[in-house]
Amino acid sequence: MKVFGEIRHEQVKIGGESGKAYSSLRSTDLFSAAAIMGILALIVINKAGGLIYNRTFGDGLNQLGTNDYLVLAGTFHGVHAITTRLSPIKPQQQVGADGIPGRPDPPSGLEVLETENFWLQCFNTLTGTKFLLFTDTLQTNVDIAMRKVYDLYADYVTKNPFYQLENPIRCDTFDRKLNSYIRETNNAR
Amino acid sequence: MSNLQAPRAGAKEPSGLRYPTNGKTIYHRPLNRAKAAELSGASFAYLFSEMVSYASKKIESIQDLEKRLNVQGHPIGLKLLDLLLYREPARSQTRPLNIITLLHFIKNNVWQHLFGQAADGLEKSSDPSKPDEYMIIDNEPLVNRYISVPRDMSQLNCAAYVAGIIEGVCDGSAFPARVTAHSVGKQEEGEMWPGRTVFLVKFAPEVMERENFLGKG
Repeated sequence: MKVFGEIRHEQVKIGGESGKAYSSLRSTDLFSAAAIMGILALIVINKAGGLIYNRTFGDGLNQLGTNDYLVLAGTFHGVHAITTRLSPIKPQQQVGADGIPGRPDPPSGLEVLETENFWLQCFNTLTGTKFLLFTDTLQTNVDIAMRKVYDLYADYVTKNPFYQLENPIRCDTFDRKLNSYIRETNNAR
Repeated sequence: MSNLQAPRAGAKEPSGLRYPTNGKTIYHRPLNRAKAAELSGASFAYLFSEMVSYASKKIESIQDLEKRLNVQGHPIGLKLLDLLLYREPARSQTRPLNIITLLHFIKNNVWQHLFGQAADGLEKSSDPSKPDEYMIIDNEPLVNRYISVPRDMSQLNCAAYVAGIIEGVCDGSAFPARVTAHSVGKQEEGEMWPGRTVFLVKFAPEVMERENFLGKG
């Protein structure tokens, strides 16, 4: 499901401010404006709606307070839960090749949120962990970036014996690999 | 309850994880089986992660945890020594007889078998007061690939498991030694090998005595 339309930075604060910073920079300093393009931020929310990871990439980005990030994570979790039940179309009963009725795919809920200044892609894993990737509106291949971030999470977080599931992610190798990947994609543009 | 006891009549082999249904256990396979038998890295990573969690239960100190990992690796080293020598061509099937051949055997054969590549370095301690210390260097130990050690356990290095394997090989060739793993990589941004690990091999005094005696003769 996609949510398009008139969502401005008054409603969703994150990125709205950074978008302002970006447009004001563009007129004065092209180089640093280029530095804050591409993938801007990553937030990971656990299945209970708790914030377990948040990071911004690049300088000059707007930062929220710690509390605001926690509220954002919880609110997004709730909104996502609502959007999974919004579809007006009745789920089709799927019948398998053997004539046994199959179970329909669960509704995906909110996947993309587009605003004037940023693009938010949400990926919900099978276990209910949500990855939110904030990019600028011109970023392409967000799916591939999301996939790579999930790969990194699967490798460097879940295979780490010192990480406890659903708890905040504090893994140096994950940070390092994530930073180098994001820098690589942002510089490639 | 009765059906839980006594194996089923007609079952020749006891069943369980150690006994596959086709009856072929690991002991039925030829020892010279293909050299390039690779295993899934992800499976190993999950297994090793559980081994570390298991070893971290009810520990009193980091040294305690490293000791337990070391003990887990030790029997592997003992057996690996025999297996790898058996797989050598008949002419070179001799056990290492001095420290240098032993360390070269570990750096090349053991590393190649376990990790698919030779170790990145082999050095002798430059401190003249410690002639019994040697160092095997690995820039990115396979066992540590996915592990981030938390800040409060910063002196821990889970490659203590590999140190245990090395210790097993040394003990098996009658060169008793203490092997410990130490992180020497810098954690700074842009560092080439943040996980660089040194395996410090400290041979027992009797080994050094014998080595000196043989060297003179």
